[in-house]
Amino acid sequence: MTKKFLLARKRGMTQVFREDGTVVPVTVLQAGPCTVTGLRDKSRDGYRAVQLGLTPARDKHVAKPQRVAAEKAGVKPFRILREFRVDATDGYEVGQELTAETFEVGDIVDVSGRSKGRGFAGTIKAHGFARGNETHGSHNVRQPGSIGQCATPSRVFKGQRMPKHYGNERITVKNLVVERIDAERGLILVRGGVPGHPTSLVQIQTAKTGGEK
Amino acid sequence: MDNIILELEKTQIKEDASTFEVGDFVRVEYLIKEGKNERVQPFLGQVIRFAGHGVRKTFTVRRIVQGEGVERTFPLHSPRVVNVKVDRGPNRKPRRAKLFFLRGRTGKSAQL
Repeated sequence: MTKKFLLARKRGMTQVFREDGTVVPVTVLQAGPCTVTGLRDKSRDGYRAVQLGLTPARDKHVAKPQRVAAEKAGVKPFRILREFRVDATDGYEVGQELTAETFEVGDIVDVSGRSKGRGFAGTIKAHGFARGNETHGSHNVRQPGSIGQCATPSRVFKGQRMPKHYGNERITVKNLVVERIDAERGLILVRGGVPGHPTSLVQIQTAKTGGEK
Repeated sequence: MDNIILELEKTQIKEDASTFEVGDFVRVEYLIKEGKNERVQPFLGQVIRFAGHGVRKTFTVRRIVQGEGVERTFPLHSPRVVNVKVDRGPNRKPRRAKLFFLRGRTGKSAQL
């Protein structure tokens, strides 16, 4: 099975009814249309990949290196460029268009995106720590609690979970199933949630594990 | 909400769905699977609430079976809900949207 991939924007979530009445929660992804803007070659670049562009841009919105690269490749400049690693670039040509129909209903896919930023979050939000009492004179409501022992080892172990900057990182949700394709509107509906807020960029590709129906 | 999502939901909404109201006594015709066959199983009772909106709208029907109150919630726009027939309306128009006060009441006090 060849790997399929596409750039998309998350639109939000809803539910759909299957024919038998089952309710399926889905994320609506506005997929493509993407243009192949470049190919990466083993001998020249050291790896094999296909570069896709999403959202055509005016010249002034694109930095010169990207603009010149687009001119040389003979494609329009794009706001967003991403590469997908492939085993072989056969079958892909610069300028080729990929749409939502790349995928089929029932395909198992991995979806990567940037998760919603939570800012500097405490241990409860960031690590799922338990909360303390809010009553009975307790001031230990959202405190992390003890972070170690005493004179032995007289230090805090590495990796101790503490408040941190949480979210706004790349997250891949694996093995989602393509529930529906709306070719007319260029939509892909995948079962389950996808990282990021509505309008955020996501990458859809054939699942790394499995990928079989 | 996102326009495309609203559009998608619209394609799944039954336009003739809301012919009944809270307080109505209805007959819900629900498709069930029996082995390989499908048949319609009716559920009779009084509508005590609507919840949600759009494609996610549901309604709850309450009836008394062998002295025990039974409530079932149906997705309004589900293809399994074939038809909802209004048997009769309430004796008096309910003054509230949710008739939870009927729970735990029997006989005359369970009337509106």
